[in-house]
Amino acid sequence: SKGFMLNRSQFAGKQAPMCALGSPTEQQPPAVSFAPLQTFSEEEGMMREAVQKYARDCIAPYVSKMDEESAMDPAVIKSLFDQGLMGIEIDPEYGGTGSTFFSSILVIEELAKVDASVAVLCDIQNTLINTLLSNLGTPQQKEQYLSRLSTDTVGSFCLSEAEAGSDAFALKTRAEKHKDYYVINGSKMWISNAEHAGVFLVMANVDPAAGYRGITCFMVDRDTEGMAIGKKENKLGLRASSTCPLNFDNVKVPEKNILGQVGHGYKYAIGMLNEGRIGIAAQMLGVAQGCFDHTIPYTQQRIQFGQRIFDFQGLQHQISHVATQIEAARLLTYNAARLKEAGRPFIKEACMAKYFTSEVATLTTSKCIEWMGGVGFTKDYPIEKYYRDCKIGTIYEGTTNIQLSTMAKYIDKEYDH
Amino acid sequence: MSGRVLVGVKRVIDYAVKIRVKPDHSGVVTEGVKHSMNPFCEIAVEEAVKMKEKKLIKEVVAVSCGPQQVQETIRTALAMGADRGIHVEVSAKEYESLGPLQVSKILAALAKKEEAQLIILGKQAIDGDCNQTGQMTAALLDWPQGTFASEVTLEAGHVKVVREIDGGLETIKINTPAVLTADLRLNTPRYATLPNIMKAKKKKIANVKPADLGVELASKLQVLRVDEPPQREAGVKVESVDDLVGKLKEAGRI
Repeated sequence: SKGFMLNRSQFAGKQAPMCALGSPTEQQPPAVSFAPLQTFSEEEGMMREAVQKYARDCIAPYVSKMDEESAMDPAVIKSLFDQGLMGIEIDPEYGGTGSTFFSSILVIEELAKVDASVAVLCDIQNTLINTLLSNLGTPQQKEQYLSRLSTDTVGSFCLSEAEAGSDAFALKTRAEKHKDYYVINGSKMWISNAEHAGVFLVMANVDPAAGYRGITCFMVDRDTEGMAIGKKENKLGLRASSTCPLNFDNVKVPEKNILGQVGHGYKYAIGMLNEGRIGIAAQMLGVAQGCFDHTIPYTQQRIQFGQRIFDFQGLQHQISHVATQIEAARLLTYNAARLKEAGRPFIKEACMAKYFTSEVATLTTSKCIEWMGGVGFTKDYPIEKYYRDCKIGTIYEGTTNIQLSTMAKYIDKEYDH
Repeated sequence: MSGRVLVGVKRVIDYAVKIRVKPDHSGVVTEGVKHSMNPFCEIAVEEAVKMKEKKLIKEVVAVSCGPQQVQETIRTALAMGADRGIHVEVSAKEYESLGPLQVSKILAALAKKEEAQLIILGKQAIDGDCNQTGQMTAALLDWPQGTFASEVTLEAGHVKVVREIDGGLETIKINTPAVLTADLRLNTPRYATLPNIMKAKKKKIANVKPADLGVELASKLQVLRVDEPPQREAGVKVESVDDLVGKLKEAGRI
């Protein structure tokens, strides 16, 4: 069977996508109309394999050191760009890969199986920064930034502040209009990728009297006078991902660096976080699966009381329970991604995916340490890092409580007559 | 010279997979098992693509023999930089008995048809470990061969090949057209970047039947039985040299 390649235009407004069947390991069965969720187009399958190999060979050797030193190796970041992983959905016209959202999700999952910090760097670039530029950028802005983002420039998204986390719209960073430029004053906190970013998308308010309707998105280049990147946080997990405070002291930004419309920043932030949510779900899925993949072989080799510990019924039941949770998390994530690609409503499902996978990652990594016993507790084995890395999943890009409240709003509407 | 290089790529069980023998001992389990391009074939593709990047040759054609699934392997070669592919269709049943002699005949026929300047193959496949196809292909074509290549330099009308042999390294100079087989240290194959995977979609794979090339697939070899190697047993510790000699005599080894 030939199978056709997926591209976004095929999905706009259509029913469930028809995908070419057959993962690389299987025989090619006849194409059916309603394929299982774990069905990839040939190109998606190839990308997944390519990233698996690349992550195993080029990232895995650095993981432990990057975690200990709390620093991302520049060689790793460069290789992400060289592999085309930083511009997955960007048009080849701008040096990107020209692939789909679902491909990004698969890439993030595969990277997270090896290192959650590398995965989040790739996730933020693809699902937040590139998406905003591609959707909102003027031809000049795209010309100026998209080819840099796909080839050598990391981007950072700056929304949160010390007093504005879940209550994002309470942000206080101010942008004052002067003729054809704005002056930004304020501080941001918890900004990922800040250490390596060349461009920052900064949410600032041009009109505090208008409340959140004054929030505007500014593109600020690194090294702009007045912008200072603070010392990175010393974190429990995701240590190789730099998380820094930013300070803006009379930072001049030209008007042409506004992304989209003045006062519409809040809309863009919400819209983009809805998609980013699925990316984080993919990251948490990778953390859970990667941890699980390291643990099961150990349970098959470890002998106690004359048998493999895997053969004890108590272990088997726990393992099967966790495997089921991971499978469910995978299906939620893949389905949310396919819904978005199909142009169908997906926000409730995206919230469910992020909420559920972050909880599953927490359960899985915790159980994996137990199954590994004493060695699971040591840094000689990779398990404890997955355990530390997963915790942020229930917190960033919308806490679990925020996800649940958002879902409730949709459920309320569904039953509203 | 045509500037065209033919590269053979074989789809094999992935090197990291634990091989299991079928219960009926007719072969190994392949269904549902992860397959990849033979690692030595990857090295062959990389060498050909590098030659093209250096503008020493004009076109890289990736060839694979087998059932439908081998198209994935050809696509991987395309994603690494090959220009087009040829899928020589062999049914699953016939594939079970397809060996180096038939593949060599196919490659020889294709090389003539495509007017190839070079054929580059992996030195052997990690499933059969035959290490015969390159040599047989050269013999059928009456072309020179540079096997176990760890360094290849293409010059006008000939190739300089550094070969890994038992005694060390041997450098030979052979005329083109020629057959080369890649050894481990020839190069480090590139990863298929995502943009190249996308570009590979547009590249063509032609379908050809062995009969069209005048090749008979019937094999003169028959696999009687496949068994796992004997389980490795624990050794025995001895206290002295006399003990050692005694035990070896007991086991009939000396």
